Amino acid sequence: MKHSLLEKEGTRSVLASIISILCGLLVGAVLILIMGLSNDTLGPTSAWEGIRLIFGGLFATGRNGAGALTFGFNPSNFGNMFFRATPLILVGLSVAVAYKTGLFNIGAPGQYLLGTAASLVIALGIPTTSVPAPVVWLLSFLGGVAAGALWGCIPGLVKAFLNINEVLACIMTNWIAANVVTWIFDGSVFRNTTEGTKTAYVYKTSVNGVQTAKMGLDKLFPGSQINGGILIAVVIAIGVYVLMSKTTLGYQLKACGSNRHAARYAGINDKRNIVLSMAIAGALSGAAASLYWLSGNTEFYWSTYQALPAIGFNGIPVALLASSNPIAVIFTGIFMSMLDIIGQQVTTLTAYNEYITDVIISVIVYMAAFSLLIKTFLAGRAKNKVGINVNAEPAPAAPPVSPEPGGEPPVQASPEKGGEEK
Amino acid sequence: MTFLIQQTLLYAVPLMIVALAGVFAERSGIINLALEGIMIFGAFVGVLFVNLTQTLPVFADAKAAGNWVALQGYEILAMVVAALFGAIFSLLLSFASVNLKADQTIGGTALNLMAPALVLFLIRIIANQNTLQMNGDAASWFMLKNSLFGMKRTEKGNFLWETFVNKSYIATYVCILLFILLSILLYKTRFGLRLRSCGENPQASDSLGINVYKMRYAGTTISGALAGMGGFVYALTTANCASTGDVAGFGFLALAVMIFGNWKPLNIAGASLLFGLFKCIAAAYTSIDINGDGVYLLTEIGVSQHVYRMLPYIITLVVLAFTSKKSRAPKAEGIPYDKGQR
Repeated sequence: MKHSLLEKEGTRSVLASIISILCGLLVGAVLILIMGLSNDTLGPTSAWEGIRLIFGGLFATGRNGAGALTFGFNPSNFGNMFFRATPLILVGLSVAVAYKTGLFNIGAPGQYLLGTAASLVIALGIPTTSVPAPVVWLLSFLGGVAAGALWGCIPGLVKAFLNINEVLACIMTNWIAANVVTWIFDGSVFRNTTEGTKTAYVYKTSVNGVQTAKMGLDKLFPGSQINGGILIAVVIAIGVYVLMSKTTLGYQLKACGSNRHAARYAGINDKRNIVLSMAIAGALSGAAASLYWLSGNTEFYWSTYQALPAIGFNGIPVALLASSNPIAVIFTGIFMSMLDIIGQQVTTLTAYNEYITDVIISVIVYMAAFSLLIKTFLAGRAKNKVGINVNAEPAPAAPPVSPEPGGEPPVQASPEKGGEEK
Repeated sequence: MTFLIQQTLLYAVPLMIVALAGVFAERSGIINLALEGIMIFGAFVGVLFVNLTQTLPVFADAKAAGNWVALQGYEILAMVVAALFGAIFSLLLSFASVNLKADQTIGGTALNLMAPALVLFLIRIIANQNTLQMNGDAASWFMLKNSLFGMKRTEKGNFLWETFVNKSYIATYVCILLFILLSILLYKTRFGLRLRSCGENPQASDSLGINVYKMRYAGTTISGALAGMGGFVYALTTANCASTGDVAGFGFLALAVMIFGNWKPLNIAGASLLFGLFKCIAAAYTSIDINGDGVYLLTEIGVSQHVYRMLPYIITLVVLAFTSKKSRAPKAEGIPYDKGQR
């Protein structure tokens, strides 16, 4: 059975994502161009540099003697990209799992914060003089996962039993989490008081000798923060894929997402599944936090009650770009962290700043909102071109068994809102 | 007591007007999750407008001459500009959700991500830091004070005067007036009825010759204008006319107020006062002296400040838990209108 490449659902998803990404980058470039041309101190030269960095910032190696940008393989950029991709992949998985089950997990920042707090308290609280460091690491990781899962349960519970819209519940729990975490560290012994210049930071976990093993990756990418966390994240992503696509539990979760009432009619406990899927989502966010802060070279700013961690929200574009496919999340997570690195390069090398990448990300999310339209458009083209491109490589396939057509997010979002009685 | 009422109003009024913004969008059938983003954008535009124009002779002279009537007009002008740009920004949402039939939750989320990113990108370039402020402070430019009305420094008005005029902003009252007018528009006019019908049963509205797309555009645009204005009012009255790419979750809180208020203006006014009170307690519990006897009760109880800060959000959850069974969202909200569908 031969299909045109464009006829495959998976290909269309990938193409739609690529179109979204290109639009995002283009908007970023145009914005830089406008700012460069309209502002005398920036000028067209700096605009051109900014644009080149947006598209090739990953390969930026600084400036040469003449002051021109140089490009080439930069191991520190690559290593940092994988390091920052670790939490992004896991938070992306968190949003993706929830999305697959018909829930919009905007509560990842809160779950991430609670995971952070639990991990840090355990990693810094158990002295490695009495307990071996790897054991503390494992306890701390599991603690972060558990805390995230518990926090994720709250919106799940109120959604399942009180019919409160999960988006609102998530937003409220985010801000509660921000305050709880500030409360935990305010006045605690974990605050970094030895370095006077740092106010409101927690100690690095390496102070207690607890940090993620490098697994030789630092040899591969010298001068970067990379550690074994990225491998753990990839393993977890594969695990989530198996869970969602190959097990009964995954099937039940997705069935509830497609049609809660039909699932109940089929004998699936819909309430249990809603809570469970939020708990899994929360656990993944918690794991993201654990792996990020346990690296030993990151410091947590604890007075966070006025701002939520951006990384929690960045899970949304990661999941959307991947059409909520766990395997694809690995790649989109790495892509997002590449944008992060680009932002860093733009800030250090030009007069622009890293927020340009946030603009790019938001445009990508905006485009993802009507990815269905792009896919329909691509499908229309496919009909005109049957039989071409037969031998091209297969796209990252959508999960084979899936209640909704293909692996696309349930765009036919449920009309329920704010605890409406159905 | 005066202090408590004034502070509560400062927090309640932006909430109220932004919640009404939510009502206009949702009654027309569009979920406006982007309220937070539009507020951030509106706040930025308003502050930028003040920042750029306050050195113009016409305003600088008014300030130098103490012509407070002109300065109040200036404040209202800035509100109008913020509203205008809020409306323009919201077109992104209406375009995606009306013309392209996109997922409204994701579209709104995109705007929520876009606003702070864009605003911070621009602020960093304009001001070389993460905050954009007006020159001088908002209080000396825009606040209504006893001295403006020819009263002496030591002179005090009666309770009502002290509470509602002294040290208040005209923006608060403009918002309240707008709230009343727009509620009437929504409930007592033909336009309002048509708008609401599009959120309940767009197919039926269409069959009666109402242009659903236009109505949804109208609803979302009014919503954007109100949210943009609300954002600026928030920045002006509680953040000393500074834009930081953040409105502390007010847009989301307004959504909660809207749902708690059951999509009805009168209930929303009540709900926002309640939330304003809790926000006010969270922000200023150390200086609230309820009965004027010099005892700061809330500090003396000895509850952690973190509890007070969490309170508005916990109350929201609890209140939603109790009211969610009764609440009734517009039936067709969140569903893109497709003429071919029945």
